[in-house]
Amino acid sequence: MGDRSLLVELGDDISLAVNQKVQEVFSAIDRQRSKGILDLVPSYRSLLMIYDPLCISLDEIKAGIKDIWNNPDQSRLPQPQTVKIPVVYGGEYGPDLQLVAQYHNLTPREVIDFHTRPAYRVYMIGFTPGFPYLGEVLDAIATPRRETPRTLVPKGSVGIAQRQTGIYPVDSPGGWQIIGWTPVKLFDPLGKPPSHLVMGDRVQFHAITAQEASQWQT
Amino acid sequence: MADLEILEILSPGIFTSIQDLGRYGYGRYGVAPSGALDSYALRIANLLVGNRPDQAGLEAMLLGPAIRALADIVVAVTGGNLQPRRNKQPIEMWRSHILKKDEILSFDSPLSGFRAYVAVGGGISVPPVMGSRSTNLSSGFGGLQGRTLEKNDTLSSENYFQHVKTDTRAFNAAWIPVYPNNWSLRVIWGPQDDHFPDESRDSFLGASYKMSSDSDRTGIRLQGPVIRQKPDMQTSIISEGVISGSVQIPGDGKPIIILGETVTGGYRKIATVISADLPLLGQIKPGDVVRFKAVSLAEAQCALAAVEEKVHKFEARLK
Repeated sequence: MGDRSLLVELGDDISLAVNQKVQEVFSAIDRQRSKGILDLVPSYRSLLMIYDPLCISLDEIKAGIKDIWNNPDQSRLPQPQTVKIPVVYGGEYGPDLQLVAQYHNLTPREVIDFHTRPAYRVYMIGFTPGFPYLGEVLDAIATPRRETPRTLVPKGSVGIAQRQTGIYPVDSPGGWQIIGWTPVKLFDPLGKPPSHLVMGDRVQFHAITAQEASQWQT
Repeated sequence: MADLEILEILSPGIFTSIQDLGRYGYGRYGVAPSGALDSYALRIANLLVGNRPDQAGLEAMLLGPAIRALADIVVAVTGGNLQPRRNKQPIEMWRSHILKKDEILSFDSPLSGFRAYVAVGGGISVPPVMGSRSTNLSSGFGGLQGRTLEKNDTLSSENYFQHVKTDTRAFNAAWIPVYPNNWSLRVIWGPQDDHFPDESRDSFLGASYKMSSDSDRTGIRLQGPVIRQKPDMQTSIISEGVISGSVQIPGDGKPIIILGETVTGGYRKIATVISADLPLLGQIKPGDVVRFKAVSLAEAQCALAAVEEKVHKFEARLK
């Protein structure tokens, strides 16, 4: 991709197997700490490697990848941490909860039950700082994006787009169906790391009241 | 050495922010690089005032700020010609100048290009965030409180007085870029050029696009011939990493050149602007005409080496 990045594609679909492969290659390259690699952006099915073409050549980068390919060491993937995320569902906190319920002929309560059931995998962080793409949402509540995106989705909003769910860590425009809000701070520029969640983590949502949210200490 | 206040913003201009060469290494957390869009101009400005090329300076767009010096400092203005003035008298760009205490650096109307860079001897001291002083404007961190500059802001620097002796430096006239209204940007095809039929690829290279006024630091939006992916394909792809210079084709078929504020995206990228031409992206202004020219990786490397040679030769001459 251009003259200073390489897109390493590891599959064609959104699946656990492909995403784990991305995570393995990403972790291994990260451990190599090669001079000249400026940034790594892992995503659902690929890893973008941004490099300084004055420090490292494309051939050297490819050789590094081949090395990893020939010496798989899946065992060195970090144990995924499970992160509990409290959510106030519905009302002003989740203006689209009703719509998602109607779309599937469910009650809002049932939507909440379905949404809090799986421990979602963090497939990638992207779009805005700290935004986790979580999957997969149960078919029973999978809902398309809004036709017209909102110009401002408040920070902390929890949304659904098809079989993905996610949390907006900063105020931003957005087209996902907003079903709730979390008081948990997902992005802190001064934090180490700055993102509360990283690729491979598991997220378990649970419902709390607005009263409980207001007393939440992060 | 303690930081000392050296600049007071009398008027901020329309969009002035603190930028260095960007914030790399945090893409995994969804953090985009930000940084000076015309990195060439910022690097030269820094060298002119005796700084390291990667120190933080000011990036002004179209209408520049008015700034009062709070001490005797050395400054250099590079990039787009927004007509810099010292106490209302024109000063030459691409060279260093002394700004005495209480003198005012201001700008008149823009003549060419889009963004000017102001470097100050000693650099602009703001706390680095994730290793960079660049302002991330979309998420509001870095730089000065994560925002563009405002009236009455004061900026500090370190060891600024040691730089005053660099006031006679000038950049080689032959290496000062000319910013036209018609741009030819060199690209390398891909990564998803094979998602487009030959007609679309031909039309992409043959077209004259116009930069739209709804462009911003996240991307240069182009008006012109619509580019369509192959008929059996959906408009979006599975989200993946992007870099500045990625030419993305969204659902409406109008190309967007991604700048440094975006880390991932779900649209196809037909081509990628080569590194040597990235600094130009900061100087294209709304209404300008943009054409694309496909080159090979070898040509891109050659072009980058030519740009870097200028910077290094200039840097070597200063030693």
